[in-house]
Amino acid sequence: MPDATEPAADATGAAGPSGRISRDDVAHLARLARLAVTDEELDVFAGQLDVILGAVARVGEVAAADIPPTTHAVAMTNVFRPDEVRPSLPRDEVLAEAPAVEDHKFRVPRILMDEA
Amino acid sequence: MTLAYDDVVTRYEPVIGLETHVELGTVSKMFCGCSTEFGAEPNTHTCPVCLGLPGALPVVNEVAIESTIRIGLALNCSIAPWSRFARKNYFYPDMPKNYQISQYDEPICVDGYLDVDVEGTTYRVGIERVHMEEDTGKNTHVGGATGRIHGAEYSLVDFNRAGIPLIEIVTKPVPGTGALAPDVAKAYVTELRNILRTLGVSDVRMEQGSLRCDVNTSLNAPGATEWGTRTETKNVNSLRSVERAVRSEMIRQAAVLDAGERVFQETRHFNESTGDTRPGRSKEEATDYRYFPEPDLVPVAPDAAWIERLRTGLPELPAARRVRLRDSLGVSAEDMQQMTNAGVVDLVAATVEAGAAVGEARNWWLGYLVQEANSREIEAAELPIAPEQVARLVVLVADGTLSVALARQVVDGVLQTGADVDAVIAERGLQRVSDTAALEKAADEAIAANPDVADKVRGGKVPAVGALVGAVMKATRGQADAAAVRAILLDRLGVSE
Repeated sequence: MPDATEPAADATGAAGPSGRISRDDVAHLARLARLAVTDEELDVFAGQLDVILGAVARVGEVAAADIPPTTHAVAMTNVFRPDEVRPSLPRDEVLAEAPAVEDHKFRVPRILMDEA
Repeated sequence: MTLAYDDVVTRYEPVIGLETHVELGTVSKMFCGCSTEFGAEPNTHTCPVCLGLPGALPVVNEVAIESTIRIGLALNCSIAPWSRFARKNYFYPDMPKNYQISQYDEPICVDGYLDVDVEGTTYRVGIERVHMEEDTGKNTHVGGATGRIHGAEYSLVDFNRAGIPLIEIVTKPVPGTGALAPDVAKAYVTELRNILRTLGVSDVRMEQGSLRCDVNTSLNAPGATEWGTRTETKNVNSLRSVERAVRSEMIRQAAVLDAGERVFQETRHFNESTGDTRPGRSKEEATDYRYFPEPDLVPVAPDAAWIERLRTGLPELPAARRVRLRDSLGVSAEDMQQMTNAGVVDLVAATVEAGAAVGEARNWWLGYLVQEANSREIEAAELPIAPEQVARLVVLVADGTLSVALARQVVDGVLQTGADVDAVIAERGLQRVSDTAALEKAADEAIAANPDVADKVRGGKVPAVGALVGAVMKATRGQADAAAVRAILLDRLGVSE
């Protein structure tokens, strides 16, 4: 939980209670992820993400130089498949879920919004 | 006002860099078993993995890994003993997962080099890294001007290409090339393509997009201690375009700097038809791909034995092959360089192997055939004539069946129809007229038609016979042997030399 004695993030985008993530950071990430986030939600998420980052940061407190970073949940390497063609999905099935189809292709809205 | 290139290079020092994407020639995709066949019906080579459907798990194609390591070895790179995939997050309609599986801070090959020779000087192009990723789908833009994304009303996406193994080869910045910067850039891509073709890892067809190039260019102002701002030019889809793109970007940047303005770091697009570059989409904000290790794939950790096995299995690489061919063909280093730059070394070697003399094989390819290729704006190797056909021509010229002029007509016929040399000769009646009776008849007609000339020759002015020879050659459409015609004419006129 955030420390209630520390000042909350303010509307100018200042960092959260522990300074790990700011309101502006959350707004930036939301924009990159194409998420519409309200002003109120920015405050809520900044606080929640700060708690999560705080929990993860505790790992750094116990990490020692002689412990290699964990890179994967299972300690495996070199999992490969042979270069062989396997059947693809039937095209009708592939396109069935598309909101719009034309010429057997996925039809998507205009990509660039400029009129150039 | 457009600056002259010579003027630009006396006042600015260019630095170039190249990023090359290569589609590997595996039969299946990078992370799934869908076919990589080019030109298939849209969206027939897709599955939950390459469509990014929830719950699908990628598995790495072993041949793709081996191909990448072999590329790294051929480019004198160190092969990382530990390498991971990463997610590059961005939104674009050709990217079904909304991230591309790529490599970020742990590429599989690092720190190599490729030497290229241009005009007698060897330039060492440093290789920063070679990393693995997957190709995207293909967009078709509908509405607006000629299929361009700008002004399009909507777009159509075919995901057949999504997930095809893609290798990115990134050079270090290459300074010190001066006026030859465009040539070095082209020579690098040419040599890289030769290597990739020799390794058999890709069909390296720039026109089909299996080899794609981005060219970075910057200019140093006189006396500058730091390198100038670079631009990245995309859409460079042929070897010629590599050279043209660097040259036009150097001229453009020089004009900007001359005007006291600054070059913006931006992505530009090369226009094949005008030969200049245009700014790409302006970025609203700095790219932020939020790379993180791909949790669905375990690390790739090639052991030393595997790498050594791949190293010993490498074929003879083009540079070594050139040295060997230079020796075995007995041509000069200068000739070899010329043939290399024209992209005809293997063609000449194959022509010699098929029975032609070295000098003749070289002359055909470096002369008439390269001119033909240039006028068609293709590579000599793409001409629809095989080395065996050229060898056959050389033999027919040597034994007197064809004159050089006739042989060129035969080549034109082969290039037009794709038929072989003997078929073109038979069909077009191009063999030399060696029928003595026919030549004698033509000689008599020429004498009858030019009585004044004939009299001069009879009177001892032997050189005047040239006009009669010309008449006979014309009558036989150049298919007669001029020396034989001359001998027949002199004989008919009762003159001996």
